[in-house]
Amino acid sequence: MSDIANPDALAALVSGQAAMPAQPATGYWSAVWRRLRRDPVTILVTLVMLAIVLMAVFAPWLTSYDPYAGSVLRRLKPIGTPGHWLGTDETGRDLWTRLAYGARLSLLAGIAPVLAALMVGGLLGVVAGFMGGLVGTLIMRTMDVFYAFPSILLAIAICGLLGNGLTNSMIALSVVFIPPMVRIAETVTTQTRHLDFVEAARASGTTTLQIIRHHVLSNVLGPILVYATSLISLSIILSAGLSFLGLGVTPPEPEWGLMLNSLRQAIYVQPYVAALPGLMIFITSMCFNLMSDGFRSAMDVRLSK
Amino acid sequence: MSPDATPATPAIEATGLTVRFRRRGEPEICAVNGVGFALARGQVMTILGESGSGKSVSLKAVMGLLPPFAKVEGQVRIGGRDVLSLPPAELAKLRGGQVSMIFQEPMAAMDPVYTIGDQIAETIVQHEGTDRATAMARAKRLLDRVAIPSAARRLKNYPHEMSGGMRQRAMIALALACSPSVLLADEPTTALDVTVQIQILMLLRELQSELGMAVVFVTHDVGVAAEISDRIAVMYAGRFVEAGTVREVMRTPQHPYTRGLLASTVHGGMRRQELRTIPGNPPSLAALPAGCHFRPRCPEAVSRCMEEPPVVSPRPGAMVRCVHAERAARAADAVPA
Amino acid sequence: MSAALQQHAALDPRDRGGPAQPLLAVSGLRKHFPIRGGLLNRQVATVQAVDDVSFSVAKGETLGVVGESGCGKSTTARLLMQLMRPDAGSIVFDGDEVGAQDGIGVQDLRRQMQMVFQDSYSSLNPRLAMVDSIAYAPRMHGLPARQATQRAEELLMQVGLNPALFARRYPHELSGGQRQRVNIARALALEPRLVILDEAVSALDKSVEAQVLNLLAELKARLNLTYLFISHDLNVVEYISDRVLVMYLGRVVEAGPVEQIYGRPRHPYTRALLASKPTLDPDRRTTVLPLAGDPPNPINPPSGCRFRTRCPYAQPRCAEVVPPLGPPMDALSGAGGGHIVACIVPEAQAGTEIRHVA
Repeated sequence: MSDIANPDALAALVSGQAAMPAQPATGYWSAVWRRLRRDPVTILVTLVMLAIVLMAVFAPWLTSYDPYAGSVLRRLKPIGTPGHWLGTDETGRDLWTRLAYGARLSLLAGIAPVLAALMVGGLLGVVAGFMGGLVGTLIMRTMDVFYAFPSILLAIAICGLLGNGLTNSMIALSVVFIPPMVRIAETVTTQTRHLDFVEAARASGTTTLQIIRHHVLSNVLGPILVYATSLISLSIILSAGLSFLGLGVTPPEPEWGLMLNSLRQAIYVQPYVAALPGLMIFITSMCFNLMSDGFRSAMDVRLSK
Repeated sequence: MSPDATPATPAIEATGLTVRFRRRGEPEICAVNGVGFALARGQVMTILGESGSGKSVSLKAVMGLLPPFAKVEGQVRIGGRDVLSLPPAELAKLRGGQVSMIFQEPMAAMDPVYTIGDQIAETIVQHEGTDRATAMARAKRLLDRVAIPSAARRLKNYPHEMSGGMRQRAMIALALACSPSVLLADEPTTALDVTVQIQILMLLRELQSELGMAVVFVTHDVGVAAEISDRIAVMYAGRFVEAGTVREVMRTPQHPYTRGLLASTVHGGMRRQELRTIPGNPPSLAALPAGCHFRPRCPEAVSRCMEEPPVVSPRPGAMVRCVHAERAARAADAVPA
Repeated sequence: MSAALQQHAALDPRDRGGPAQPLLAVSGLRKHFPIRGGLLNRQVATVQAVDDVSFSVAKGETLGVVGESGCGKSTTARLLMQLMRPDAGSIVFDGDEVGAQDGIGVQDLRRQMQMVFQDSYSSLNPRLAMVDSIAYAPRMHGLPARQATQRAEELLMQVGLNPALFARRYPHELSGGQRQRVNIARALALEPRLVILDEAVSALDKSVEAQVLNLLAELKARLNLTYLFISHDLNVVEYISDRVLVMYLGRVVEAGPVEQIYGRPRHPYTRALLASKPTLDPDRRTTVLPLAGDPPNPINPPSGCRFRTRCPYAQPRCAEVVPPLGPPMDALSGAGGGHIVACIVPEAQAGTEIRHVA
């Protein structure tokens, strides 16, 4: 009632939404798009991300070298060497080729566990949040057990248990990401469940399943997706870490974490070349992080005013 | 704009107070536009307006409580000093000392991790440099004064341990800790039940006359305004559209918006009648209509309302921002007394 | 057409018991919320939100429910809508008991009874366009999409919003008053007979509130609706209601025709409540404090009459018996029309001046 009772109301006032009779009718997603367009940072990082994805997809067309074939004669060439513009690694393989092909495994290792966690954790969280009671408590307390371990230690332990390899490291990371995903999904669902429009739907005789499908999921999905995007950067770093420790991808597969590990010995000989895989990990995870931030603010059409 | 009838220096005087919100990617909006008033000690002025009218923003601007992207212009003089140009340290000394503020939500205004007593005593120590024991004793007297039962025990309460009405009283005690000459009240009774609201209004009235404070009271409720004010300023879309004594404004409203607002305030005498309403919605501050901002909703609008409306002073101390008031004033002048 | 026939035509075809049978009859409604705490999550206290509440709503009338926060008026609304399960009590809708063997089912009840909430923003799904929000319930009840949309557009029209402008808008693009109009349209989508308005105009600006009140009156006449109007705003309740129910701490303390309640309140709480209302006249300001203190906590309310802790007339026996609702003690002097009050002290009902002990 007071026009500036809280900061949100102030923001509403400032953005002119306190009353907006003269606004053109726009949908939710077009409003999101309008706001995204006004955010140059998010646009830039999304473009960089797109470039990295394209690089992974079109790797064979971007280079004439074989990512596995080295040459003893051309070991550890510096950046700018004719024919190898990003230099070569310790077995003489072209680093640009390795980086481009490496994007495939690194992105896969980064995204796949998050997707798996999104499905399993999101489902568990929505169920826990909507049902509450004993089921909710059971799910949430089980997740708390996983929270007791630091994520990297948990991933290493699971990898150790399953044995090394790409698939196992992805499974390990999925398990690591499920608890935080459940917690986010549960929180958002609980908040949504108590909003009046859910009550109103119930009062109109809508069944629980219909409510979850039409009212809860559509409102919960946005925040969960945003959170998942932010997890991808962590996932890339963790899976690179696992490979670095020898628990994930095995040589001679091109993967940024593994490349960083094997180039480690050359750090005094070719420091710039050795740093390149690390730089790629940094850029990619940074991009995912900034993208998630940008989407978060663009998608925030004040679910809870 | 509304020169006060009393010759003494006003306790608080605002001229041309303007607040603009400017944020990246958003259109600039003018939430408060050239607001001016003067208030002597011992007077209560109510700013009456609907949501988005800029009434609360005006108060926050006086207290320097707006976010950094708000641009404040104009002058606000409290005790002869221009508040808006004070350095932050001086402003902090003024706040809670000479001028203090109470809010709609006491929970938001008080620190949840300190007891009521600690918070009041801390304010006194900071502003007056007394020792803690003296400050605590005065805190107890303040709680007594705002009629909080068993004050000595309540000093040790945390804000969340009190009921809504008690918290509001505690916040008033906190605001009065350093005997301010000016009290700003931002809808302090809106969130309260009606039986508690009248208690707080009566308490404020009592304290105000006893301490001789100038009170600027912001509300959307015409009834509350009638209970507490000496003067009323009606605000619409960032501007004062009418100001005068409480009787003038309530009995003979001059501006069509004031008339509409009073007519659409429901009371029992209107049973079974269709209510007279103001059509439409308050305008968005981002897209204000040109000329008189009330024009699109005004039943009396004429083509001249497309231009900036004139400010007319039908009586000393009163103002109306409307072309019709200007014509009425001229007609009155033409008739020899 | 004869008058009798016209009368009959005005009746709802769904009407069962005739105009004399109340549309809604509630008796002995009770809801207590346990408060859990401690190590083992044991019940440590009870909030007696609604305690033995009985009332009825006649066909075509507006029953106003007033009371301060914590008096149980919103809980009552949610109990009626079956959004919560009552601990005890029966709800009879047009002669059919809700949930009884040969009574009316919850699904059927929800077609005939709908609710408008206070918060116009949170009662609309932010991801649905207005037309979809309104069409939602009819679609869930089996109306084909095209017809549901058409119906939604008609409803937008009825609540005074141009479908061409508003159908495809989202909640954040509307003002509070416009959103509340949509909420009213949404509530009307299933063609209910009874609409519960839970503080439905309380959050609106006064100029907009008056518009919505006019709309409610118009819809009621046009669609033959019955309203249960819950509000803390005494002026609005007086304006809109035919009968008024006054609640205090989960119980009904007084009920009756609006003229009786506002003109000659018998319960000391009702009197204090009405006296607390700002006067709208600067020359007749409140000078005597109508009531001291805050409403007590509904956890562990006072025994006997719950108002006795704030009542100037309280006597020892007020603590012992729960005062029954009955006609005023001076009923012979012309009161009536179903005016009932829960107070056992004659002086309190009469409002005799209390002698202040110096």
